[in-house]
Amino acid sequence: MCGIVGLHLRDPKLFPRLGVLLETMLCQVAERGPDSAGVAVYGDRRRCPDGHAAVSVLDTRPGLAEAVGEQLPGVSDVLVTTAGDTSVVAAPVSPAELVSAVRAAAPGAVVVSSGTDLTVYKGTGNPRELARTYDLAGASGWQGLAHTRMATESAVTAQGCHPFSVGEDQCLVHNGSFANHATIRGQLRALGVHFDSDNDSEVGARFVAARLAQGDDLDKALRLLCERFDGFYTLLATTGDGFAVVRDAIACKPAIIAETESWVAMASEFRALAGLPGVEGARIYEPEPERVYAWQR
Amino acid sequence: MAAVTGDSVTSAVAVDLAETSVRWLNAELHNPTASRYRVLAPRGAHAIAAGLRGEVTVDVYGHAGYYCAGMNDGGTVTVHGSVGVGVAENMMSGTVRVRGDASQSAGATGHGGLLVVEGNASMRCGISMKGIDIVVGGDVGAMSAFMAQAGRLVVCGDAGDGLGDSIYEARLYVRGAVKTLGADCVEKPLLPRHREELAGLLAAAGLDHDPAEFRRYGSARTLYHFAAHNSAAY
Repeated sequence: MCGIVGLHLRDPKLFPRLGVLLETMLCQVAERGPDSAGVAVYGDRRRCPDGHAAVSVLDTRPGLAEAVGEQLPGVSDVLVTTAGDTSVVAAPVSPAELVSAVRAAAPGAVVVSSGTDLTVYKGTGNPRELARTYDLAGASGWQGLAHTRMATESAVTAQGCHPFSVGEDQCLVHNGSFANHATIRGQLRALGVHFDSDNDSEVGARFVAARLAQGDDLDKALRLLCERFDGFYTLLATTGDGFAVVRDAIACKPAIIAETESWVAMASEFRALAGLPGVEGARIYEPEPERVYAWQR
Repeated sequence: MAAVTGDSVTSAVAVDLAETSVRWLNAELHNPTASRYRVLAPRGAHAIAAGLRGEVTVDVYGHAGYYCAGMNDGGTVTVHGSVGVGVAENMMSGTVRVRGDASQSAGATGHGGLLVVEGNASMRCGISMKGIDIVVGGDVGAMSAFMAQAGRLVVCGDAGDGLGDSIYEARLYVRGAVKTLGADCVEKPLLPRHREELAGLLAAAGLDHDPAEFRRYGSARTLYHFAAHNSAAY
């Protein structure tokens, strides 16, 4: 199964409530993937202050802040927030510099996101408990998404959790399975793309990131994904200013979208949307097969 | 029991799912102590009013989740909202009416009874239908009536790709456009007896379209008969 929820806020008055709304949505899809969950939040200044980059890493060793600080001479305020299996490291440098510093400070640790606006959390266990571990309810921001995973082709680990964030401020979550991921992984590797896992969804994320890096927008990247990938998928992809949904031609993996003037939301099931403010007046519909639905901040 | 109160206006028993579990509701509906129920605050919960046996009337106010009124056998269920996947799946008899839209696989594998979706139904509406009647006020999505075996599907709007793919039997009536027909599904003449049948279904659904506006589709019967000249292929 797997469960997906995503919320793109249009009304800044709701920004302080992003985490609370996202937690409510996540808890409604807990049964769709009760073993692990990942969350992404855009614009949470507690964890990623203005002017900082943030890097999420699956490493909770003590002294990480000092170790990263040693890699960044002259940078005094390295902020590390640990939430379960994930540490979010923030510092006033570029995302690429911070990724290098984190990799040097914590060799072998898996970097699961980087950007100037994005924080990602991953862990195993019940999604409701993980939401508390991540202090999701305390998060503010303008966009967020979450995924509960029913693992199929790789193990139940924090690393296997979605979202897959492989480009700065980018995320992709997937319900389904890609059939030809090995072929496309090989093609991307031949182009020099590095992979962190054997997970099929990572291939989708790497493909989208490669297209975005070539200048495509999210809409075009996902349309190309539909042409190249076989299998079953409902995807939610986000960037530093975008939010997009697409399903495969057969569309057996569920998805529902609701829109109001204040927000756009998508989820695997309506019940995840039932608690959103103003949902009674929302335009609610199911995305059609192989049609990309995209919104820009 | 606090959530269950008699309603003097409608003489229906009200069950508020904000306070009562679906499991409790369904246990009550399987051995009903009243003839009419009002279900409040469904908030997309799954399996609301599934497995009804006998003449019980249930009105659901709000959007329901998956498998609402599944396996219905004689109940009358009205959802004043939309429903998730598999509404009235495997219905045996009775009536299920959705005032809003229905997600995928509405009326799947149904053996009997009437399902009315006043809005649109998504993909695979009536998949493997086995005798159920389905009337959709709006459009149906792709692969509707896939492998349909018996019953009638009436679509007052348009039908998506692959209508009636691999259909055995069942009569399909569509008022609007059919994007594509599935394998072995063909248009057939709308004879007076079909217009009469359609008029009855539309009346049962409470819709007043002219039957003459519809076109009829059904099985070309070339897929499911074993053909001796194909034996070498097996």
